[in-house]
Amino acid sequence: MINLADRPKSKRVQLMATCLCDAFFDDVAKATVEVLEHAGCEVVFPENQTCCGQPAFNCGQWPAARTVMRHTAQVFAGDEPIIVPSGSCAAMMFHGSTLEFEGERDRAEIEQVGGRTWELGDYLVNGLGLSSWPGEFPAKIAFHRACHTRGTASGPAVLQLLQSIKGLEIVPFGEGEQCCGFGGTFSVSFPNVSTAMGELKLEHIRAAHPDFVVSGDMSCLMHLSGLAEREDRPIKTLHFAQILRDALHHRHGQATH
Amino acid sequence: MPCTIAMAKQLIDTYVAELPPTVQKAVHQSTAATTAKRYQLLGDDFADADALRKLAGSIRQHALEHLDTYLARAEESLTARGAKVHYAVTAEDACRAVTEILQAAGITKVVKSKSMVTEEIHLNDHLAKHGIESVESDLGEYIVQIDGDHPSHIVRPIIHKTRGDIARSFEREGLGDYNDDPETITRRARRFMRGKYLEAGAGITGANFVTADTGRLVLVTNEGNSRFCLAPAKVHIALVGIEKVVPSDSDLAVLLNLLGRSATGQQLTVYTEFINGPRRPDRPSGPEQMHVVFVDNRRTEVLASDCKEILRCIRCGACLNVCPVYRQASGHAYRSVYPGPVGAVLSPLLAGDKFQELADLPKASSLCGACNEVCPVDIPIPDLLLRLRHRAHEEHVPSPGTPPMAGFAILGSHPLVWRSAMTFGAAKDYLPLDKMPVPYLGSWLKTRTLPKWRGGKFRAWMKSRQHS
Repeated sequence: MINLADRPKSKRVQLMATCLCDAFFDDVAKATVEVLEHAGCEVVFPENQTCCGQPAFNCGQWPAARTVMRHTAQVFAGDEPIIVPSGSCAAMMFHGSTLEFEGERDRAEIEQVGGRTWELGDYLVNGLGLSSWPGEFPAKIAFHRACHTRGTASGPAVLQLLQSIKGLEIVPFGEGEQCCGFGGTFSVSFPNVSTAMGELKLEHIRAAHPDFVVSGDMSCLMHLSGLAEREDRPIKTLHFAQILRDALHHRHGQATH
Repeated sequence: MPCTIAMAKQLIDTYVAELPPTVQKAVHQSTAATTAKRYQLLGDDFADADALRKLAGSIRQHALEHLDTYLARAEESLTARGAKVHYAVTAEDACRAVTEILQAAGITKVVKSKSMVTEEIHLNDHLAKHGIESVESDLGEYIVQIDGDHPSHIVRPIIHKTRGDIARSFEREGLGDYNDDPETITRRARRFMRGKYLEAGAGITGANFVTADTGRLVLVTNEGNSRFCLAPAKVHIALVGIEKVVPSDSDLAVLLNLLGRSATGQQLTVYTEFINGPRRPDRPSGPEQMHVVFVDNRRTEVLASDCKEILRCIRCGACLNVCPVYRQASGHAYRSVYPGPVGAVLSPLLAGDKFQELADLPKASSLCGACNEVCPVDIPIPDLLLRLRHRAHEEHVPSPGTPPMAGFAILGSHPLVWRSAMTFGAAKDYLPLDKMPVPYLGSWLKTRTLPKWRGGKFRAWMKSRQHS
């Protein structure tokens, strides 16, 4: 078991960009770097990083998942905090890994890496001690709490920062505790259930009329905007890191997906 | 034209596509309303409901870790109060124990209150085969029984039925002309049931808890039907899963406070009965005989597995109500007695050597964790679903629609290959993806678009900053 309270808090950090940002959402990774730098961090990007292995882990294909996780643990060797702009990948690092390495001889090494991993919002508030964020972002947003941040400090941390931004209004919407329906490979192996879940989420969000749908996980936003675009009723989505970055520069919503 | 190569389908996903929208809507409305009530009530009543859930979880886990001690102690306490304790290893043993007790007492008619373990062991079928009439007295269970149906929810067995369905069933059973007014239906059921209570020689119940220190058996209901079952009966038979034992009466303070709130959004159910043995000189009412049949039916196997936490379950159904998949699928989709998240873990485990037939159930989850968040005994359901997915993979159970991950493992552990893939992935934007025979991709693209490829852009930006 990893004790999250024991994670390092130094200002030199390693960035785990996530495979989705690597492939699709480069601006989210850039925003993450700029936000961390604004908070006084030195950001190191280990070039050999790939993925946390969660797709294979969630399918039950743990040998494949362990292969990827072992590589990731090697790439992120060291003592610095590892910062991830995704609650899902972060949870894979500090929780999923402990399951998939039960009974494995190198479990301790894997847990050393998991025990340094922070989701971005959690790190800004509970690692660096920030309680507010400067700047301005005059817009109405719907904040979708990604499921993998349930029971962690990430959700409240991100909300705290967003609420402190001048001009930003967070609009509530129905059944907020419900999943967007992505669930990784669940979205392709259970396409009917996944799509219906996403459509319900979109219905609630649209009823709240936000300017942007915001989350700390691009996977949820990719699912929701993919559904909305297929319906020809596109929505504007942003990672909260993009809002934090744009608030600093007083530009709002230029970097939507 | 979407993808033309058909992909094998997950049974639950197919079931959802075919479920009538009226059923889906009814299930969704009812479960969403109960979930909202549960969040509200726990939040209003307790300063830290989460801490209470964790405490309840540790009480249940402790009881399971020391089940050998507490089960023996419960037996002693029950025996000291005059009850007779039976142990049943299998479902057949449990059914046989019940018929033997009934036959010895010359009883041919029984009434039952709601009990999931009796569903699990198919007790009613067994009793019918032995010429014993068994009538369900919980209104929902009675409707399930007359329809030859199965419960679709742990707490609300007829969540999938409309009042019109029920009115038609009552008409068919000769309980009056068609009338779908809930009050009329209930009144008719009550009149019918009261006759049955008086005719019956035995009342069969389950138990929500049995305490080891005093041998108290706890029953919670909202209809008071279990009291009616026991009041005129000569014999009381309680079928109890061995995992239902808790150390002491004081544990009930925590567990009962959570059970009603989690199950139905009630602070306490309308009736909470504490049964303390059969009729005795100092307790002149109640059945003359009380039998407690502790049922294993593979629970010890679950206890020995890496999914033993599922035995903490107190059958509140909160995980069903909050589960987005259950809300779409309803209970019958799970093809087993226990549906929803708890069923997706418990049913394949209780299936024993038929594990493979139900190995798809743990896949029917986005792993959103809402089930764990609402669980009154803090069962880490998503972790258990993952362990069962792993077990299914190890046992080579085919998993329709799940991509093989060997290629991903190679990509994910070879950074040069990964980086090339990031660059060449851009080709996807120039390919007619929705016409390509890649089933997993087709499944995504049928209802969703993919974002534009931006592979390698962030890496280039990061590099340019380091050089400047």
